[in-house]
Amino acid sequence: MSISLLLEMAVSADPDRVAVVSETTRYTTAELNALADASAGVIEESGAGSVAYVGMGGDMLPLLLFSAARSGRPFAPLNYRLSGQALRELIERLPQPLVVVDKEYSDIVGDMGAAAIDSDTFCARAQTAAPTVQWPDPDDVAVVLFTSGTTSKPKAVELTHNKLTSYVTQTVEFGSADPSDAALICVPPYHIAGVGAALSNLYAGRKAVYLRRFSASEWIRLVNTEAVTTATVVPTMLERIVSELEARPTPLTTLRNLAYGGSKVALPLVRRALDLLPEVGFVNAYGLTETSSTVAVLTPEDHRTAYASSEEAVRKRLGSVGRAVPGIEAVIRDDEGRVLEAGQPGELYVRGEQVSGKYTGIGSVLDAEGWFPTRDLAVLDEDGYLFIVGRSDDTIIRGGENIAPAEIEDVLVEHPDVRDVAVVGAPDPEWGQIIVACVVPAAGASPNPEALREYVGQQLRGSRTPDRIVFRSELPTTPTGKVLRRELVNDLPTVNAEGAQ
Amino acid sequence: MIKSGSRLKSQVCDTQVIVVKTADSLDDLRAGGAPMVPLDDTASSGAALDPAFSGGAVMGKRYVDDAGAEVLVTKAGAGTLSIGTVPLSIKEAKPLPASD
Repeated sequence: MSISLLLEMAVSADPDRVAVVSETTRYTTAELNALADASAGVIEESGAGSVAYVGMGGDMLPLLLFSAARSGRPFAPLNYRLSGQALRELIERLPQPLVVVDKEYSDIVGDMGAAAIDSDTFCARAQTAAPTVQWPDPDDVAVVLFTSGTTSKPKAVELTHNKLTSYVTQTVEFGSADPSDAALICVPPYHIAGVGAALSNLYAGRKAVYLRRFSASEWIRLVNTEAVTTATVVPTMLERIVSELEARPTPLTTLRNLAYGGSKVALPLVRRALDLLPEVGFVNAYGLTETSSTVAVLTPEDHRTAYASSEEAVRKRLGSVGRAVPGIEAVIRDDEGRVLEAGQPGELYVRGEQVSGKYTGIGSVLDAEGWFPTRDLAVLDEDGYLFIVGRSDDTIIRGGENIAPAEIEDVLVEHPDVRDVAVVGAPDPEWGQIIVACVVPAAGASPNPEALREYVGQQLRGSRTPDRIVFRSELPTTPTGKVLRRELVNDLPTVNAEGAQ
Repeated sequence: MIKSGSRLKSQVCDTQVIVVKTADSLDDLRAGGAPMVPLDDTASSGAALDPAFSGGAVMGKRYVDDAGAEVLVTKAGAGTLSIGTVPLSIKEAKPLPASD
């Protein structure tokens, strides 16, 4: 099934419904459909083999996503925050791309040897181009997304039409949104959540309101002016929204659901958000680029039950990513590939129609039974709730013992003097690696390193006590909040190292 | 056996579907009492909606049979979807909260 058909269905159900709002632009489903056909004509005329996009998204994202599909070409939204050199390297890996660029980024992209066109010119040309509609094979690639490359060179993940439409049709009921529903989208266009949002809100019949440049105050303003009912944010955004609302309380009367995901959210922040917005249903969504977005969801009801429970096993679920969505199976395996029982940590494997696991130049990494190794360390509890412990690449091996940074981070982040923390392994001649906790102190606090080490020692085994505590003003992260651990390790000799060996 | 991903249309009403999961049973898929045909075929004239199969096909709903076949309605119509004379049933989905 082609992603084009999702748009066709939306038009068939209600051509006059407003589907996309971005600044002053508003498109109905029929207008988006006509523009996608015309823009497909522009792509066809260019003779390009694929469509790349460097820009902040907004209405350009659904427009390019559907017009590339209508023209039968793969679409690759790129990270506009990258340097010109890094962007050129990604563009060179795409088949004869037509590069559509927002004008803010035309200087960065510069002369890259590929055919480039600025977004405004592209849209203007669509007014006169002869529309074209092709029906790509369902197994053709619809979207190429580059992984963020926190541990290695970015990989090009291939998502076919079938994978993306399987995700949408399995997890979203067509036309299930109320006519007044509106989703506020501020996730980046080059992130799988941005692609997922463009498809699933259209399919649900929910108006998609775009915020291209995130700020907490603008987000809050838009919730109220556009009567937003659902929104998705990454953890950094959630922290800023909660802080802004704490400083300047503003009622968000229309907001029913607030989803967060993209990287790990610290529990103290989840509790702050729940206390601050008791009327809002919180959703924790877990997924990977390779799995065509969400594979597990912690629902609003799960949040409320866990927060109110006196039972430890249920309370803990506030820190889980919930249960697998329909059509997805999840198992935990040990290093030899044996499936582990509930409660045993190991690597998470997922399987389902929406799971791609295919990379350009590498091929499929699915095993013979279709299982995708996520490289995430995880635990499933008795009732199928999934807990993500961390990336297996981040595991610290100290004196032969495997240590998951998250175990120590989860303890330290609860300390009142700690605002944020990442635990990394630093090379050490004696132990192989030692445990270094990089701590961002809470505002006005100057925690004592020895006190923090003791705090960990009281709650975890002795081998988990950080060998060193270093302080930083902030942690380096990707735009979606993933901590760049390699940078932390590289920075170690140059930061204020308060010895604690 | 009809391929998954195939798009079919009714000959007697507006209904269109796409095959999500195929099964042999779909060889006798009907809408409004008449066999469904590939989307780009010309419908045979003369056939009319059978009043006994006029319950309608609901936009965006997934319909299933006991043999494991599943079709998604991509355009609503007046005819009932059936395998032979046995109507397909709507696959009820547990609603998930919006997550992206």
